[in-house]
Amino acid sequence: MNTVIQAARRNDADAGARWVRVALIALAVIFLLTFLVLPLAVVFSEALRKGVDAYLKALADDDSWAAIRLTLLTAAIAVPLNVVFGVAAAWCIARFEFRGKSVLITLIDVPFSVSPVVAGLAYMLVLGAQGWIGPWLMEHDLKIIFAVPGIVLVTTFVTLPLVARELIPLMQAQGSEQEEAAVVLGASGWQTFWHVTLPNIRWGLIYGVILCNARAMGEFGAVSVVSGHIRGLTNTIPLQVEILYNEFQIQAGFAVASLLALLALLTLCVKSFLEWRHERHARRLALTAADARPAGTQAQASNVPLRAAA
Amino acid sequence: MSSNKPDGLLVADTLEAAVLTHRGLPGLRTAPTGSPSGRRGRRVLPGFNLTLGVTLFYLGLLVLLPLSALFIKSFALTWPQFVAAVSSPRVLAAYRVTFGSSLIAAVINLVFGLLVAWVLVRYRFPGKRILDALVDLPFALPTAVAGISLAALLGPNGWIGQHLTPLGIKLAYTPAGIVVALTFIGLPFVVRTVQPVLEDVEKELEEAASSLGATPFQIFRKVILPAITPALLTGFAMAFARAVGEYGSVVFIAGNMPMVSEITPLLILVKLEQFDYAGAAAVASVLLATSFVLLLAINGLQFWQRRLHGGRP
Repeated sequence: MNTVIQAARRNDADAGARWVRVALIALAVIFLLTFLVLPLAVVFSEALRKGVDAYLKALADDDSWAAIRLTLLTAAIAVPLNVVFGVAAAWCIARFEFRGKSVLITLIDVPFSVSPVVAGLAYMLVLGAQGWIGPWLMEHDLKIIFAVPGIVLVTTFVTLPLVARELIPLMQAQGSEQEEAAVVLGASGWQTFWHVTLPNIRWGLIYGVILCNARAMGEFGAVSVVSGHIRGLTNTIPLQVEILYNEFQIQAGFAVASLLALLALLTLCVKSFLEWRHERHARRLALTAADARPAGTQAQASNVPLRAAA
Repeated sequence: MSSNKPDGLLVADTLEAAVLTHRGLPGLRTAPTGSPSGRRGRRVLPGFNLTLGVTLFYLGLLVLLPLSALFIKSFALTWPQFVAAVSSPRVLAAYRVTFGSSLIAAVINLVFGLLVAWVLVRYRFPGKRILDALVDLPFALPTAVAGISLAALLGPNGWIGQHLTPLGIKLAYTPAGIVVALTFIGLPFVVRTVQPVLEDVEKELEEAASSLGATPFQIFRKVILPAITPALLTGFAMAFARAVGEYGSVVFIAGNMPMVSEITPLLILVKLEQFDYAGAAAVASVLLATSFVLLLAINGLQFWQRRLHGGRP
C-alpha cells in the first residue's frame, strides 16, 4: 500500500518535473534565439537585401577593399607577436615556480579588463603629438598615431592575453614529464620545444591563434581612438562598417560587416570541433583506463576539464 | 590509505578522492600530472630566463608603459582640477548611464546565464550542441557588427522593433537599448563560468537530499546553489566589468545624448575630439581604476571557488 502511494507520488513529481523541464528549455532557447541568432541573421539578411550583385559590389568598393587589406595586415603582425608572447609566457608560468607568478598572470589579464577606448587613449598619451615620445617621433618623421603602426599596436594590446590564456592552463594540465625526459635524454631546449611541447599544445595553440585573429580583425574601440579615420589609409573593416552605416549606406555596411560575422562563425566552428575532439579523446582515455584497471576503481577521466576557460 | 600512488593517474580511488575533496584538499585526480621541476631543487628544463624576460619585456612595453602614462597624464591636473574633471554633471551622468545599465545587464545575464547553463548541462534536446556553440558568439563577433545589427533589429523598422513600436516600447536610441547591447556582449560569461561547475556538482548529494524528502526547489537552494555561487558571482563580475568598458556595440544603439544615453567611454572620445587630453585622461583613469578593482574582485572570487572545489579549476 505504502509503496503504491509512493509510486503515485513519484509519478506526480515526474510529471511536474517534465513540465518544469520543458518550460526551462523553452525559456532558454527563446532567450538565446533572440539575443544570438536574430542579430546574426539580421547581418546576412540586410547584407543580401538588394541581392548578390549589390553585395559583391559593396565588397569590391575601393575604400572597403583598402579596409580589408589593412585589417589583414594588422592581424598578420599582431597575431604572430601575441603567439610568440603567449608561448613564452606559458612556458615560464606552466613550467617553473617563481615568486610573483600570480601577479604576472593577473597582469596578462589586464588588457581584457581595460576598456578599449581607455587603451587607445593610453597609447595616444605615449605616442601622440601631446604624448611622451610624440615630439621625438615627429622630429624624426615617424608617424604612429593616426597611422598604421598605431592601429597595429593597440590591436596587439587588446588581443594580448588570448594565446597565453589558452596555453597556460593547457600546459599546466599536461605537466612537464615528457619535456624533462627529452632534456635528460640530451635534447636541446629548442629540440624539446619543437618535438615534444609543440605537438602536445598544437590544438590549443590553433584555437588561441584563431580567436586572437578574430578579435584582432574585429577590434573597434581602441582602433577608432588612434586611427584618425582616414579613408583608404587608416580604416579597418569595423571602422569602414561604422562609416558606411553612419552615411546610411546600410546595405553596404552590413555587406562589409558580414565578412566579420562569417569570421566569427568560423571561429565558433573551429572551437566546437576542437572541443568535440577533446571529448572523444577523453572518453577513449576513460575507456582504456576502465579496461586496464580492476573493477572498483572507476575511471573518472570524463571529469577532466573539457572546456578551456573562454 | 596509501599515499604512495604513482602520480599522473587519471584514475583515483573514488573514496579517497571524495574524502580529500570534502576536506577542501585537492583530490589525486586534480594533482598536476608532472611536478613542476622547481620542486626538485634544480631546474631540469631550460629557457626560464629567456621566456620570463620576453614576457616581462612585452608586458612592460605594451601594458605597463601606456597605462602608467594615462595615470601620469591625469596627475598633470591639480587636485581640484582633477575632481572637477571627473565629477562635472555631464561626467556624473555618464557614470550613471554606464554603471547603471552595466549593472542591469549583468543582473539579466546572471539570471538567464544560470538558466542557459542549467538547461545545457542538465537536459537533452535537439539543437543543443549548436546553441551551446553559439553562446560564445559575443566573444567572437566584433562589437561594431553586434552594434549595427542590434540597432537594425530594434529600430522602428526592425524585426523586433516594428512589433514593439505600436506598443509604445522604444528600445533603440534609448538607455534601454544600451542595456540590450550590454546584455549581448556579457552573455557568455555567466554561462561559461557556471557550466563546468554545474557539471561537477555531485549527483549523489542531490539524490541523498531527494531521498531525505527535499523538494526539487529545496535541493536547488540548499545543495546546488551553494556549490555554484562563487562561479555565478565570478561570471556576474566579468559581465559587469566587460560592460563598463564596452564601446563598439553601444554607440550604434544608444542615441548618444549627453546626460541621457552617453556612456563613459564615449565621453572620453568626445573629450579627445575637443583636444581635452588631461580631462580625457582623468575620466579614463577613473574607469581604469574601476577595472582594476573589478579584476581584483574577480581574482578573489576565483580563489574562493578553487578553495570550495578543492583545487579544481
